[in-house]
Amino acid sequence: MRPYLGLFRRELLLAFRQGGEIGLALGFFVLAVVLFPLGVGPEAEMLRRIGPGIIWVAALLAAVLSLDRLFAADYADGGLDLLALSAMPLEGAAVAKCAAHWVTTGLPITLVSPFLGLLVDMDWYSISILIIGLLLGTPALSLLGGIAAALTLGARRPGVLTSLIVLPLYLPVLIFGAGAVEAGIAGGGARAHLLLLGALSLAALPLAPWATAAALRQALD
Amino acid sequence: MTTVGAEPGELAAERVACRRGDRPIFSELSCVVPAGGALVLTGANGSGKSSLLRLLATLLRPADGRLLWDGRPVTNDLGSYRSRLHYLGHLDGIKPALSVRETLEYGARVRGTELPQIDRALAAFALERLADWPCRWLSAGQRRRLALARLIAAPAPLWLLDEPTSALDSDGERRLLAAIAAQREGGGGVVVATHQPLPLDGAESLALEDFESAPDDPLTDF
Repeated sequence: MRPYLGLFRRELLLAFRQGGEIGLALGFFVLAVVLFPLGVGPEAEMLRRIGPGIIWVAALLAAVLSLDRLFAADYADGGLDLLALSAMPLEGAAVAKCAAHWVTTGLPITLVSPFLGLLVDMDWYSISILIIGLLLGTPALSLLGGIAAALTLGARRPGVLTSLIVLPLYLPVLIFGAGAVEAGIAGGGARAHLLLLGALSLAALPLAPWATAAALRQALD
Repeated sequence: MTTVGAEPGELAAERVACRRGDRPIFSELSCVVPAGGALVLTGANGSGKSSLLRLLATLLRPADGRLLWDGRPVTNDLGSYRSRLHYLGHLDGIKPALSVRETLEYGARVRGTELPQIDRALAAFALERLADWPCRWLSAGQRRRLALARLIAAPAPLWLLDEPTSALDSDGERRLLAAIAAQREGGGGVVVATHQPLPLDGAESLALEDFESAPDDPLTDF
């Protein structure tokens, strides 16, 4: 476990010391949600209806915005060579990096989401479903995002390419995440949606690092 | 199956070839680095010194031939082979936001080293007073010293060093030579790619020739 924890700890140190990167994703998430009521109007009924979707879309885009810090710096400064020659397989390194990405992106987004839920007039029951949904779904965002971040290493415009690759992969998370809140509001029960969100993250845990590692090996060659 | 390298701690490259795209970098290249030995790679820019080092580090796959460690193909147990080598390339992987000590600790941790020799590594390259400095404050020479100090912090029997003296002052070079001598005395092997002559006792030398590596059509190629 020492190499995994070593990499995880270093990623957290870098993220917190270069705090702008966490703040950027979080600031984008908050601003994107705050801008919607200004654009569509302050009507509470409409905000309540579209609010969960807005928050989920903003969470997805904020996650995409932060993906470039996953592997790009290590690719540029030779750190990827050290990882490839470390005591852990690249699949394990991908898991450790995605875990740190989730702690510094998915978790802050989840923690801030109740305040944004109140902003779009969601009730506490809906907000509780939103929080559980984000907790279950955001790990999948980090894991799937790792694939796109690794695939675009060395590309001329990696940011745009990453978005094009990863956003379609995020669709199931968006559908079940926003759907969970809507189902809860409609009284149909959010359990099935939340279970599917958890299943998506669990399925991504063994599969996404494998694809990410293959892309990293390609980048190293 | 013939094996060139059969001694413990011996690295052998057997008729290896390297290609980048359609272009050959080198081919039919064989060399041996015995335990305690040193191999100095020389050659013009683009002759394939760095590619050979990356190939020996298994960061590049050989187009042909094979690598042997202790007489066995390294592909039999890639993880075990990699755990026995240190590769220092042109890029050092040093993060500006980490301190010198944290950089060494991280390097040792990801290698799975149980007892990292951080203080010894700092002393070997005169980095003690910089131990708590963030790496963004380091000069190019100090960064190179830090990258080299990783070799000491997490010992490994094989060092693959690409232009290790770049940016080093005379004291840094002297410390590098002392580290290499200690590595060899301890039974470790060293492969160095360099443009500058390095006074390594009893080192073998391998001059790589320019292998017609220029692209046919550079404009379309890039």
